[in-house]
Amino acid sequence: MSLPRDLSPSGRRLWRFHGGVHPPEEKALSTAAPIAPALIPDRLVLPLQQHIGAPAQPLVAVGERVLKGQLIAQADGAVSANLHAPTSGQISAIGEHPVAHPSGLNAPCILLEPDGEERRAELPEPLADFAQRDPGEVLARIRWAGIVGLGGAAFPSAIKLAPGPDLPIHSLIINAAECEPYISCDDMLMRRDAAKLVQGIHILRHVLGVTGECLIGIEDNKPEAITALQQALAAHAPAHTELVVIPTLYPSGGEKQLIQVLTGQELASKGIPAQIGMVCHNVGTAVAVADAVLRGIPLISRIVTLTGRGLAQAGNQEVLIGTLAADLIAQRGGYRPGVTRLIQGGPMMGQALHSDQVPLTKGANCLLAPAPAELDASAPAGPCIRCSQCADACPVQLLPQQLYWHTRAKDMDKVQDYNLFDCIECGCCAYVCPSHIPLVQYYRFAKNSIWTQAEEKRKAEHARQRHEARQQRLERVERERKEKIRQKNEALRRKDKPGSDQGKPDAAGNPSGNEAETDPKKAAIAAALARAKAKKAALAEQGVQPKNTAELTPAQQRQVEAAEKRRAQAASQQESE
Amino acid sequence: MPFQVLSSPHDHPARPVNRLMLQVLLALIPAIAIITWFFGFGLLINLTLASATALLAEAAVLRLRRRPVRPALFDLSALVSAWLLAIAVPTILPWWMVVLGSLFAIVVVKQLYGGLGYNPFNPAMAGYLLLLISYPMEMTQRLSPSIPREHMPDLLQSLQISFLRVIPPGTTWDALTGATPLDELRTKLAMGLRVDQIHSGSFWGHLTGQPWEWVSLALFISGLWLIYRRVISWHIPLAFLGSLSALAFLFFLLDPQRYPVGFFHLVSGGTMLGAFFIATDPVTASTTPLGRLIYAAAIGVIVFAIRSWGGYPDAVAFAVVLMNMAVPMIDHYTQPRVTGHKRRLGP
Repeated sequence: MSLPRDLSPSGRRLWRFHGGVHPPEEKALSTAAPIAPALIPDRLVLPLQQHIGAPAQPLVAVGERVLKGQLIAQADGAVSANLHAPTSGQISAIGEHPVAHPSGLNAPCILLEPDGEERRAELPEPLADFAQRDPGEVLARIRWAGIVGLGGAAFPSAIKLAPGPDLPIHSLIINAAECEPYISCDDMLMRRDAAKLVQGIHILRHVLGVTGECLIGIEDNKPEAITALQQALAAHAPAHTELVVIPTLYPSGGEKQLIQVLTGQELASKGIPAQIGMVCHNVGTAVAVADAVLRGIPLISRIVTLTGRGLAQAGNQEVLIGTLAADLIAQRGGYRPGVTRLIQGGPMMGQALHSDQVPLTKGANCLLAPAPAELDASAPAGPCIRCSQCADACPVQLLPQQLYWHTRAKDMDKVQDYNLFDCIECGCCAYVCPSHIPLVQYYRFAKNSIWTQAEEKRKAEHARQRHEARQQRLERVERERKEKIRQKNEALRRKDKPGSDQGKPDAAGNPSGNEAETDPKKAAIAAALARAKAKKAALAEQGVQPKNTAELTPAQQRQVEAAEKRRAQAASQQESE
Repeated sequence: MPFQVLSSPHDHPARPVNRLMLQVLLALIPAIAIITWFFGFGLLINLTLASATALLAEAAVLRLRRRPVRPALFDLSALVSAWLLAIAVPTILPWWMVVLGSLFAIVVVKQLYGGLGYNPFNPAMAGYLLLLISYPMEMTQRLSPSIPREHMPDLLQSLQISFLRVIPPGTTWDALTGATPLDELRTKLAMGLRVDQIHSGSFWGHLTGQPWEWVSLALFISGLWLIYRRVISWHIPLAFLGSLSALAFLFFLLDPQRYPVGFFHLVSGGTMLGAFFIATDPVTASTTPLGRLIYAAAIGVIVFAIRSWGGYPDAVAFAVVLMNMAVPMIDHYTQPRVTGHKRRLGP
C-alpha cells in the first residue's frame, strides 16, 4: 500500500509501506565512542566468495609474500568480485575454512599471516578528474577494487552500476536508513565520512549517468549523522541531491521499502530498481567507491558494529576483511559471562553463528552478542490463534499465517500460491506473533523444500532424457548393424549371380544401390526428430511445474534457483541494512 | 565456543497469548460486576461452574490426546470461553446446564477439532446454542432486574435456585423472572401493539431497560479498551455495530410503528458482547482486513434479520456461528494484494 503518509522535515512528501514494526532502538549501545581504528590480527581468513556470485580465483600460492592492497584473487565471471590483501604478510594456506554460512559448512579461503609491517602495494593512480573521464573507466576502477554492497547483501557493486542501455537510470537512491536496531556502522560512518559519502555520490551519478534526483534516505533516529550530512551537502552539494529524513520504522532499509517510502513507487514482485530507472546503494558502498576512485584504495576493510550487552566493550570498529570474529572480540575485551549466542547482523535478520571462528567478510556489518536476558528468542511456540498480527506487520502484505499453515501441511503448491517467494524474511511476522512461532524458519524451510524439489525434478528429467537418448542410440546402432548385414548378404547374392539385375530398381522401386547411403541418414533424422519431440514434451511437462521454474532449460533453471537462493539471502541481510 | 543457533528474528518480545486472554478476562469484569448487581449472584455461580468445567475438561481431553496439559491451561483460552458462556446464559440456569454447555464447548467444539486455533466455531456460542435449542424454556427464563431489591435472591438462595431449583419462600417463578427488552418488544409487537405504545411502559429506560443499558455501556467501554490495547482490531466491532444500526435505522425510517429506533439494537441482548468479545474471537473470525469487515457486517445483518423476523428474540449466537462457517470462503476471496503484484481475486 503506498498511501502518502506525511512529510519529511524537509517538506518532501513521503509514502508508507504496509505493516512494519518498531523494535526498541539499541543503537546508543555502540555509538558512544568514535570508530576505533583497525587492528592487525595474527591471521586473516579470506573467503574466495565474499559476495553473491561465483567465488574469486586465487592469484597467489602458499608461501608467497603479499603487500597490502595487492590483488590476491580475481573475480571469476561477471557476478564476482576481486579480493585484495588487507595487509602485508605471507600466504600460509589456501583451503577450506569455516565461514559464516547458515549451513555451517566450510568454504575455500586464502589464509594470510600478517607480518605487521603494512607494506603497501603500488596503488593505482587516483582518478581525481573522474568527471572528465569515461564512465566505463571509472566503473572498471570500481570493479577492480572488489567493491560489493556493504549493507549486508554483498552484491558486486559494478553490476548494479552497469544496468545496460535498455535500463536508463534517472535516479540514485542512497540507503542510509539502517533500520535494524543495534546496528550503527552506517550511522558512525556518516558522522565521520560525510564528505567522502558526498564524493561517492558524485562518482556514482557520473558512472550511472544519472540526470535526475539523488535521494539519501535516512531514518530520523540518527540526528548526528543527519547534521554531518547536511553540512557536507551544503559544502559540496551535487545538483538535485536531497537528504530525506524518514520516520523510523523497520524495515525501511529494505531496498524496495526505501524506494516506496521515498518515491511511492512499488517494484514488481521480482523486479529490480533499475526497471523503474533507479539504482540503490548503501552509504558504505558509496564511501568505498570514493576511496577506490579518488584514492586508489581497494576494499580491504569495513566498519563493523560490535554490540550487545554480552560484549565487554560495544562500539564500532574499522575491521580488516578476514579478521576472525573471535580475534576481534578478544581484542576488545571479550565476552561477558553467560553469552550463549553470537549473531552476525542485527536481531531482526542477522544470522546466528555456530562459532566465532569465522572471518568477517565484506558484507558483515555487525556482531551482536546478547546477554542472556537481552533478546527473547527461545520462548516455546504455541498454537497459531489466527490473530493476523503477522499479516498486519508484513511489509509486503503477505498472509504469514496461511503460509505457516500450508508449510506445516507440506502443501508447497499452496505455499507458492500465497506468494512465498515474495517473503523478504524481515522477521516482522515472527516478531509480533503472540504464540512465538518462528515463522521465518518455516518460510526458509518451505523455500528450501521447493528448491530441492525443483532440483530433484530437474535431475530426474535429465536422467530420463539421457536414458531415452541412450535407448534411441542403441536402437539406431542395432538398426544400422542389421542393415549392414542385409547389404552384405545382398552383395554376396549379387556376386553369386553376376550379370543379373545389378543397378536396377528392386521390387519396391528403390534404387538398390543407394539404399546403404540413405537409410542411416533417415534414421539419424528420425532420431533427431524424436529427441526434439522428447525435449518439447519435457518442456511442456515443466510448464506445470512450480511457476518460478516454468519453461526453462535445466541449465537456466539451475541458474535461476541459485540466483533465487542468493537473492533470498541477500534480501535477508541487505534489506535489514 | 559453540553458540546456540536459532533462526532470525532473534527477538520475540510480543505479548504472549495468555496475556491477550488475560486482558479479555479483565475487560469482562466491569460487566460482570454490573450483571451481578442487577441480575443476582447467579452469574458468579455460573462463572465458577463454567470455569471449573472448562479447565477440567480441557485437562482431561489433553491427557487423553497425550498432549501437554499445562501450556494449554495457562493460555487462558478455556477460561475465556467459559466466562463468555456464563455471561451469555441466564443467571438462574440450572447448574447442570451450565456444566453441559461448558463441557460441550470445550470438549466437542474446541478439543475434538484439535484444540486452540483449530476450532471452526466459537466454542462459547456453540455451547450457548446447544442449550438454547435443547432447553429453550430455561434459556429464556431470566431473572427480572425490576423486582424489588429485598426480594433479590442472595448468594445462598441463588445457590438453591441453581442446584435445587428452589426459589426463595414467598415468591414465584413468574414473579422472579421477566422478559428482556428484545423479548418484550417481540411479544408486544406480535400482540399488535405499536413501538411507541410498547415503549411507554414502565419497564423501559432511555432506550431499553436501564440494567441492560448499563451492561451494554460497560461492555462497550471495555471493548474500546481492548481495541486501544490492540487485543482486538476495530474492524469487527465497527462493521458489526455499523451494519446492525444501519439496517435498524433504515427500517425505523420506513416504519417506526413496527421497528424500534436504531440505537435500541445496540444496547439490547448480546450486541455489545458479540461485537467486542465474541465475533472478535481470532480463531473463528475472518483473518483478512476486508474479510473481517464482510464477516462482521454479515453478522450484523443476520442479527437484525433474526431479531426482526425470526423465531428467536436474540440472534448473536446464531449469527456468529453461521458466519464462522463462511470464514474459509471469505478469507479465500479477500486476500490482500501482495506488494509488487497485480490485484486478483482469490489465490
